[in-house]
Amino acid sequence: MAIVGLWRQRLRSRLGVIIRGRYSPRSRGTFLARFPQSGLRTNRPVTQTLRTALAALVLVVGQAHAQLSIEITGGGGDQIPIAIVPFAGETQLQSGLSDVIEADLARSGRFRTLYTGPQDPPLNEATKVNLADWRGRTADALVVGGVYPAGGGRYEVRFRLYDVPKQVSLGGVAYTITAAQARATAHRIADFVYEKLTGDKGVFATRIAYVVKSGPRYTLQIADADGANPQTAITSNEPIMSPTWAPDGTRLAYVSFEAKKPVVYVHSLATGQRQAVANFRGSNSAPGWSPDGRQLAVALSRDGGTQLFIVNADGTGVRRLTSSAAIDTEPRFSPDGQWIYFTSDRGGGPQIYRIAAAGGDVQRVTFNGDYNVSPRLSPDGKMLVYVARNAGRFQVAAMDLATRQTQVLTDGGRDESPSFAPNGKMILYATDAGGRGVLAATSSDGRVKQRLSVPAADVREPAWGPYPAN
Amino acid sequence: MKKLLLAATMTAVLAACQSTPETQEPAGVEDRAPKATPGPTTTPVPPGGVPGTAITDPSKDPRLKDPASTLSKRSVYFEFDSDAIKVEYVPVVEAHAAFLRQYKNAKMLIQGNADERGSREYNLGLGQRRSDAIKKRLVLLGATESQVESVSLGEEKPVCAEHDEACWAKNRRGDMLYGGEY
Repeated sequence: MAIVGLWRQRLRSRLGVIIRGRYSPRSRGTFLARFPQSGLRTNRPVTQTLRTALAALVLVVGQAHAQLSIEITGGGGDQIPIAIVPFAGETQLQSGLSDVIEADLARSGRFRTLYTGPQDPPLNEATKVNLADWRGRTADALVVGGVYPAGGGRYEVRFRLYDVPKQVSLGGVAYTITAAQARATAHRIADFVYEKLTGDKGVFATRIAYVVKSGPRYTLQIADADGANPQTAITSNEPIMSPTWAPDGTRLAYVSFEAKKPVVYVHSLATGQRQAVANFRGSNSAPGWSPDGRQLAVALSRDGGTQLFIVNADGTGVRRLTSSAAIDTEPRFSPDGQWIYFTSDRGGGPQIYRIAAAGGDVQRVTFNGDYNVSPRLSPDGKMLVYVARNAGRFQVAAMDLATRQTQVLTDGGRDESPSFAPNGKMILYATDAGGRGVLAATSSDGRVKQRLSVPAADVREPAWGPYPAN
Repeated sequence: MKKLLLAATMTAVLAACQSTPETQEPAGVEDRAPKATPGPTTTPVPPGGVPGTAITDPSKDPRLKDPASTLSKRSVYFEFDSDAIKVEYVPVVEAHAAFLRQYKNAKMLIQGNADERGSREYNLGLGQRRSDAIKKRLVLLGATESQVESVSLGEEKPVCAEHDEACWAKNRRGDMLYGGEY
């Protein structure tokens, strides 16, 4: 384990990221001392399209919020040792680049980031790098790059990724960005590196939605996947729950109790406008998008009980899907749009069932235990995660739909609301830490764990957004 | 003279209100109210007042806030994983059914609640089952379907925040609210 001694976390305060894993005590102390006290951030839009969207959101509420901090509480094996050399000229950008890239890769649990320090002579993407030397420093991968003024307040960012043992370049990309797009660009570079080295698409440039309860106030927030740039979509003095992203990432459906009862809204992030799409007599809840974004499966009590209905995303064309004397709720379309998985207590206790989206017979999916709820399908449709009660403890479990084998992924007691990352590799969920709601994430094999929390607030109802549009 | 007459009328009406049949508390307080006294009519009060007129706005009926009246009791508590209305709450539901019969223009929202354990959406379903159970009983007792809307707040609006059975029992609840009260 000589590698551990070589390895340093080079995290800086503005990242707001805690890495707890195999690092030296010295680096940990340094980092914690620099951890931001307030966590308050200003609005830093990420892409051109998003900037418009976020500006609208800020107009709605115009309020800065404490940022999520992320802590890795477990690490996977077979991590790829990677060195991210500070990009030449990156100090021109307030957030830098290499720190953000490094934190992204470390957070995935699939990389071990090696401390490089300033290089003499400095390296950039054009340098003829002595890869044999890097091999001696135990790096299997190396990222070098630079930031160059492009005029008009713009910058060109270029980088190159090397496979050190094979002594070859794995390619690179050039971006022209504004200073405000630095973090987003760093996430895209991390996505490039992640995909080249693991074969899986990266999710660092995605966003997450979650609900913060602070005193009597409920806030639906949207942040970058690393917790940065939190933006408020809506604030209410009544509960907000069950946010779910439209497949194209432009809208969120959620349940708000502002009318003293649950009503399903669809909220456009670009304009901040929203529409009640299910506001029938009784309760309206549990929105689940169809893969084409045109329909929502919802749970309505308008005909008595709690039953599943399908409604168009503009609120028209409601039609009933299930007919039982039981509670049928938490509908989720399968990624191919053919099935709707849902929770029902038609057999006594709540279990997961499925029904064809066009209607038909209902099939039971879970059989182990007496309480299985909140089904979510992996993006490839092969895996089902859900919340299972085991000896009074609520935990996230996974089922391989082909073999029906199940595995408990988390070890909390009040774990709920699981949500897959769009690459299916991580699952975000809500849990409890010292009586306070926090978000956590686990790899889909259960090996890597993260915890995300906002100081002095209750965080719940996470929903991981889709890949960005371009 | 007209004013005096009106005052007398109102006093009589109020007295009638208070002597409307009340169902007993489980503790067994003696009920001295005469049975089957018709409640106030809903005839509008003409200018100047006419004997025999009464309260038309149900929310103005003082019994709703009178601690001595069963109508001031609005909550029905449930056992774990149950929507059965326990015997001790039957008189409360009966009193509100009588009130809804009396005031055909009264509207009620029943908010069902669940304790915090488990899925928020499934708990919304459990709360709905409880509010539906109260509504069903009210309608059986003569309230009209259109007067009562049953909804659920699930585990989202707990009255008690501790993580123990004493607290959970308080949160497994249905609350009956009249128009203007929510």
